[in-house]
Amino acid sequence: MAKIIGGLTTSHIPAVGNAMASKLEQDPYWKRFFDGYEPVKQWLDEVKPDLAIIVYNDHGLNFFLDKVPTFALGCADSYQNADEGWGIPASADVPGDAQFSWHLAESLIRQEFDITTCQEMLVDHGFMVPMNLFWRQYEQWPVKAIPLAVNTVQHPLTSAARCYKLGKALRKAVESYPEDMKVVVIGTGGLSHQLQGERAGIIDVDFDLKCIDKIINEPQWMADLSNDYIMEKAGTEGIEVIMWMVMRGALTDRVDVLHKHYHAPISNTGAGVLLLTDAES
Amino acid sequence: MVWNRHEYDDIPGTYVFDGKRANSGYALNRMAFSFNSEANRKEFAADMDAYCRKYGLSDEQREAVLNGEFLKLLHLGCNVYYLAKIAVFHGLNVQDAGAAFQGITADQFRQKLLDQSAGFQDRLQQEGGYWHG
Repeated sequence: MAKIIGGLTTSHIPAVGNAMASKLEQDPYWKRFFDGYEPVKQWLDEVKPDLAIIVYNDHGLNFFLDKVPTFALGCADSYQNADEGWGIPASADVPGDAQFSWHLAESLIRQEFDITTCQEMLVDHGFMVPMNLFWRQYEQWPVKAIPLAVNTVQHPLTSAARCYKLGKALRKAVESYPEDMKVVVIGTGGLSHQLQGERAGIIDVDFDLKCIDKIINEPQWMADLSNDYIMEKAGTEGIEVIMWMVMRGALTDRVDVLHKHYHAPISNTGAGVLLLTDAES
Repeated sequence: MVWNRHEYDDIPGTYVFDGKRANSGYALNRMAFSFNSEANRKEFAADMDAYCRKYGLSDEQREAVLNGEFLKLLHLGCNVYYLAKIAVFHGLNVQDAGAAFQGITADQFRQKLLDQSAGFQDRLQQEGGYWHG
């Protein structure tokens, strides 16, 4: 039986992708941010997951605004990174697991999450920055990955509550797969940032830390927030935090915190990292 | 024929990208999406005016693209991620655009980010349980 062995979160800021490509990890601006990932990388190296489900949003690579699925699942054996138009270097293709994906799609749709299935899916920085943050030290990707794209770009968007429920459904889907596999679920994006308008450049450290605390200890609080409220506090792009709730829903009600890291600003953003597991007791 | 009103319409200095903006900015964003291809970027760079016309931008949208008027592009339905694909032709990134939206320099914009984050490590100590290196 497949099993979820942990939930991770990370921001997926493009500037972080450029910093990794330029090997700026020891640069004073970046050092504290990148150092905070080392304990997670060490844990991943020890537990060696077979597969990562990466919850992210596409920013105009695979999905143009003509067709915008609220939830879309990669169902391919391989995923390609590609040119987004502004110069982030492309990463190596990431191996998928089509059989696992189609199982997830069947289970999720049975559980009334009518997800879009994608047999071809270009993955942008939203997916690749997390892959690189956790696994770039390997010559070849040491895990297979499945992209789960959530529309956070073209409103109306889904909600934190719905993402939380999707996470719960995802757990059932994973646990009903017959093969023994170790799976991590990675919620990406956020935390507070607004890229657009005269209000661009807001960071709200207090709100970010409150979200982190509530996601860990009282996820229902987060699930009850409206998108309007989140955008007002965390900025229009800060809404991406709802994708962390997919990760949270995939874990048990109580969790153990193996790692908690925050840094601000990174580019325009308050950046958070979590490593959570089902509570042992 | 009316567009729905939303609570988020009252957030100042903010242009939530919803159906109303997606509709009015469709041609503009479609053009920006084409810049994912290097061949298209070259074609645009060679004759920006002609390329905008090929994609059916309004006169206002075309002028805003050519002049790099980023706030106006938001007003005319450009999505910020697609605006990023246009900004590179003006030698700018999203952070520079963020500064341009409010008429400040990129340095002032970065200072604003630093000011809001000031003291965050003390807040982490208060919260407890955070990694500190």
